[in-house]
Amino acid sequence: MTNARCLLWSLPTLLFTASVNASSSMPLNMTKGVTEISQQVYQLHMTIFWICCIIGAVVFGIMFWSIIRHRKARGVQPASFHESTKIEILWTAIPVVILIVMAIPATNTLIAMDDTTDADVTVLVTGSQWKWHYKYLDHEIEYFSLLATPREQISNKLAKGENYLLEVDRPLVIPTGKKVRFLMTSDDVIHSWWVPAFAIKKDANPGFINEAWTRVDEPGLYRGQCAELCGKDHGFMPIVVIAKTPADYQTWVTQEETRIATAKAAEQELLAMNMSMEELMSTGERVYQGWCVACHQVAGTGLPGIFPALKGSQLILTDRAAHINILVNGKPGTAMQAFGQQLSLKELAAVITYTRNAFDNNTGDTVQAADVFAVQQGKGE
Amino acid sequence: MPAHRRLVSKLLLVALLMFGFGYALVPLYEVFCEVTGINGKTSNTPATLLVDGVDTSRVVTIEFLAKPNKDMPWIFKPEVRRMTVHPGEVYVMNYLAENPTAQMIVGQAVPSVSPGQAALYLHKIECFCFTQQQLAGGKNMLMPVQFYVDPALPAQFSTITLNYTLYDVTASWQPMASIEKIGE
Amino acid sequence: MSAISSEHDDHAHDHKPSGIKRWLFTTNHKDIGSMYLIFALLMFFLGGAMAMVIRLELFQPGMQFVEPQFFNQMTTVHGLIMVFGAVMPAFTGLANWMIPIMIGAPDMALPRMNNWSFWILPFAFLILILSLFMPGGGPSFGWTFYAPLSTTYSNDSTALFVFAIHIMGISSIMGAINVIVTIWNMRAPGMTWMKMPLFVWTWFITAFLLIMVMPVLATVVTMVLTDKYFGTSFFDAAGGGDPVLFQHIFWFFGHPEVYIMILPAFGIVSAIIPTFARKRLFGYASMVYATASIAILSFLVWAHHMFTTGMPVFATLFFMYATMLIAVPTGVKVFNWVATMWRGAMTFEVPMMFALAFIVLFTIGGFSGLMLAITPADFQYHDTYFVVAHFHYVLVTGAVFSIIAAAYYWLPKWTGYMYDERLGQMHFWCSLISVNLLFFPMHFVGLAGMPRRIPDYALQFADFNAFISVGGFLFGLSQLIFVWVVVKCARGGEKATAQVWEGAEGLEWEIPSPAPYHTFETPPVIK
Repeated sequence: MTNARCLLWSLPTLLFTASVNASSSMPLNMTKGVTEISQQVYQLHMTIFWICCIIGAVVFGIMFWSIIRHRKARGVQPASFHESTKIEILWTAIPVVILIVMAIPATNTLIAMDDTTDADVTVLVTGSQWKWHYKYLDHEIEYFSLLATPREQISNKLAKGENYLLEVDRPLVIPTGKKVRFLMTSDDVIHSWWVPAFAIKKDANPGFINEAWTRVDEPGLYRGQCAELCGKDHGFMPIVVIAKTPADYQTWVTQEETRIATAKAAEQELLAMNMSMEELMSTGERVYQGWCVACHQVAGTGLPGIFPALKGSQLILTDRAAHINILVNGKPGTAMQAFGQQLSLKELAAVITYTRNAFDNNTGDTVQAADVFAVQQGKGE
Repeated sequence: MPAHRRLVSKLLLVALLMFGFGYALVPLYEVFCEVTGINGKTSNTPATLLVDGVDTSRVVTIEFLAKPNKDMPWIFKPEVRRMTVHPGEVYVMNYLAENPTAQMIVGQAVPSVSPGQAALYLHKIECFCFTQQQLAGGKNMLMPVQFYVDPALPAQFSTITLNYTLYDVTASWQPMASIEKIGE
Repeated sequence: MSAISSEHDDHAHDHKPSGIKRWLFTTNHKDIGSMYLIFALLMFFLGGAMAMVIRLELFQPGMQFVEPQFFNQMTTVHGLIMVFGAVMPAFTGLANWMIPIMIGAPDMALPRMNNWSFWILPFAFLILILSLFMPGGGPSFGWTFYAPLSTTYSNDSTALFVFAIHIMGISSIMGAINVIVTIWNMRAPGMTWMKMPLFVWTWFITAFLLIMVMPVLATVVTMVLTDKYFGTSFFDAAGGGDPVLFQHIFWFFGHPEVYIMILPAFGIVSAIIPTFARKRLFGYASMVYATASIAILSFLVWAHHMFTTGMPVFATLFFMYATMLIAVPTGVKVFNWVATMWRGAMTFEVPMMFALAFIVLFTIGGFSGLMLAITPADFQYHDTYFVVAHFHYVLVTGAVFSIIAAAYYWLPKWTGYMYDERLGQMHFWCSLISVNLLFFPMHFVGLAGMPRRIPDYALQFADFNAFISVGGFLFGLSQLIFVWVVVKCARGGEKATAQVWEGAEGLEWEIPSPAPYHTFETPPVIK
C-alpha cells in the first residue's frame, strides 16, 4: 500500500471509531413506532431488508467465488458457454415469486392504512411557511405550532439544547387508544406531515385535503419533521405530538378551551386598554423571535435583495399606517404574509411596537390592539 | 441523405407529439379524476337529482370545513361542522362569509373532498364554488350548498369531509363573468 | 482478427483545421465525442464543488457557512448539473465516439446537427450558473422543481432555469434523433440487429426514451413558466389547477429519465466484463429483451415518487406492483453478468475493477430501490436520506463508475497510449473506499429519521453527518487522480495496440490506436 493510501485509510478509520465510541445515540434502524401500523411497517421493512441481504449474499458470494477461482493468473482456460434458456427462465421466475410473496403483506398494510372511518378525534393539520397549524374539529381548539429552538442556537451563539430543531412551542395533543384522524392541507406550498413513531407521512397540498389516521398505544412525546421541500426553512418546522391517556387528554382539552376562550375575551378587553411600552416591547420581542427572525434576522438587518431590513426602514420610520397595514394584510406577491390571520391583536400590536423601537429605530411610538383592530376592519387611520 | 430525412421527420414528429401529449395530460388528468374521483375534486357543474328514493337505512356523516387562504381576509365558516345525512336525500348547508375590510373583495372557493373516491358520490346541485363570489366591504352573506349523497356510495365510506379553500381573486376578477350575488 | 488497414483513408482527409476553429465547427464524431466528455468532466467537478458546499454546511449541526436559501440553491443546482451536465453529456460523448465505429459507419447520420447538439450545452449551463448571481439567488426548489414552490413562491431565476432546461432538452432530443438514425440506417452490411454490441443496443433504446420524455419535460417546464408569468393555473388550486398534477407530469418524464441515465451504463458493463473474462456475454438476446422491458416498464411506474401525495389505494397498489416488477429484468442483467464471469479467465485491469464495483454497488442501490417500492415502508423512507443513499448508489457507483470504466477502457483507443495502470488502480481504490464512506451511512441517517434537503439537523445525526462529509471530501479529491490519469495518458505513455485488451472483440478493436480521424469510410465486412 502506498503512503498516500495509508493516509486515506487512517482518517476515515479514526472518524469511524470516534463516531462509534461517541454518545451519538442515533439508532441504526427504522423505529418500530408506537402503533400497530407502525409495527407492521417495521416488519415489512425488515422482511424486504432480509430478502435483499440473502439475495445479495448469494449473488455476491457467487461473484466473489468466481473472482477468486476463475482468474487467468490461476492458469484456467475460459469456458465457451454463453446461454441457457432453462437457467434464464429459472432466474426470472424465482424473483417474480419472491416479489409476489412480498407484495401480499404490503398490500394488507396499505389497505389498513387507508381506512380512516370511525375516527374518535379529527384534527385539521395545515402546513404553511414555516410552521404547522392544528385545529380540532371536535373542540373549539386551534393554534399554531412553531419551532421553539432559539435562533442563537442555530447561529452557534448558544449551546444547542437536547431537542435542537425538534422542539415546538405548542405540541399537538392526542389521546391514546383512540382512533385519531388527520386532515392535511397547506396554506401555500406543498409541505408534508411526518411522525416516524406513527409511520404517518402525508403531503399537505394547497387547496386540497388528504387524510391519515393513527391509534397510539403508549402515552409519550413523539417528534417529527416536515418532509417536503417548502422553501428556506423547510428544516426548521418540526412536529411534536404528545399522546395522553384519555383522562389526561380530556383534562387538557378543557384547559385549552378555557385558555383560548379567556384569550379571546382578553382580546376584546384589550381593545379598550392601552398596554405599556415595557409590556409591548417584551411581548413584541418574543413574537419577533418566533415569527419574524427567520427572514428579517435577529438584528433586523434582513437579507439584502431578498428580505428587507427593518433597521432604518423608511416604511417603519415615516409611515405608521403602512407599517400596521403590511403586518395585517401582508404584501401580495412577496413572502410577507398577512399576519392579521395568524397573530392575535395583542401580538400584532406588540411586534409592530417592537419593530418601531428596536434596531435603533427608536420612534418612541406605541401601537395598541385597537389600532390594529381598526386596520383589520378596513377603517384604517 | 433522403433515407435519413424520412426517419428524422418521423422522430421529430414523435417528439412534437410527446410535447403535445404533455399538455394533453392536463385534460386527461381532469377526466381521469372526474371518473375515478381520485384527487377529491368535485364537479364544477351543477348536478341534477337522479335518484329514485332516499336510503333511510343508512347514514353518512358529512364534515364541513372552511379554509380562508392566508391572504384572504374574509371570515368564512360553515353553519354546522357536521351533518348526518341519508343517501338520496337533498340537503342545504350554508357557509357564512363576512368581509371585514372596507373594500369589495371577490372570492373563489375551491372544494376538496376526502376520501378522494367519495367525491364521485357527493353531488352538488347548487354550490357557491361554481362561481366567483363578490362581497362588498363590511357586508356578510350566506352561501348555500345544495347536495345529496349518491346511494351508490360504497359501504366502506361512512364519513365524507368537504373542505372549501377560499381564495382572494379580486385581481383577476372580470365584471362580465357570472356573479352570484352581492351580499347585504 | 487482423487490423483493417486504413492508412490510405487517413491521408485523404487529414487536413483538419487547427485551433479554436477546429473545435467550434467540427462535424467529426470523435471530436464531438471528446468535447462532450471534457465538458462532462468539467461539469462533474462544478457539481461536485456544490456538493462540497453542501457537505461543508452539513459537517456539523448549526448554520456555519451558508444561509438556508443558498443551501437550497446548492442542492438544486448540484442535482441539475450532475443530471443534465455530467451524466447525460458523458453518455452522449461515449455514444458519439463509439457507436459509429461499433457499427462500421463513417460518422453519425447528422454531423452538423451533432455539432449544434454539443455547443448549445455550454450556453445553457452558463445561463443556469449565472442565475445563481441574480438578486434573490438562483433556483432553490430542488432539481424536481415542484409547484407551487417553483411558480408562485420563487424569484425570477425561474425564468432562466426554464430557458436553460429547454436548451438542454433540445440538445438531448437532437442527440437522440442522431443516435437512432445512425443505428437504423448506417450499420455496415452484415451488422444485423442481433449482432450489434450491447452498448449500441442500450443507447438505441435510451434514445427512444429520450425522444419520448424530454418533450414532456419541456411541456411541464413551460407550464411552470406560464403559471408564473402568464396567468395560467395548471398547478394553482385557486385557478382550478392541482399542484399534484405537476408531479404526475414531471415524474412521467422523471422516471424514464433515470433509466436514460442507467441503460448506457448497462451497455458499457456488458462490453467490459466479457473482454476481461475472456468469455462471451451470457444471454445476449435476453440482455436485449431485458433492456427493452426495463424501458417499457419505466413508463408505468412514475407515481412511486408520489406515494405520500394522497393517491387512492388502488392507484398506489398499481404503482407498487409495477415498480417491484422492474426488479426482475434488472436482476436478470446482473445474473447474466455474473454468468459471464463464471468460468471465465479474468484479469483485473482498472476498467474491470470499475465494472465489477458497478455490479456490486449498483445492485446495492437496486436493493434500496426495491425497499422503497414497498409503499407502507416508503412512508418512512420518502424524502429522507434513505432515498438520497439509494439514488447516489445507482447514479454515482452506478452511472458514474460505468462512465469512468468506459473512459479507462477506451482511452487507449482514443489516445493511442496506455493509461498509467498503477495510477488508475490508485484512483479506483481511493474512489471505492471514499464513495462508500460517503453514501453508505446515508442509509442509516435516513432510517433514523433525517429528512432530505435540510441545511441543519438534530443532534443525533451529527456524528454520521461528519463522517459522511469527510467521505465526500475524500471522494472529491480522489477524482483529481482521474484527471491526472487522463492528462498523462493524452500526453504519452506505452503505445497501445489496435486490440489493446487481450479478450476484446468488436469493430473498435480492429482499427488502429489512436483511432484515425476518419474510420470506416468504406464499410467493413462483418463475419
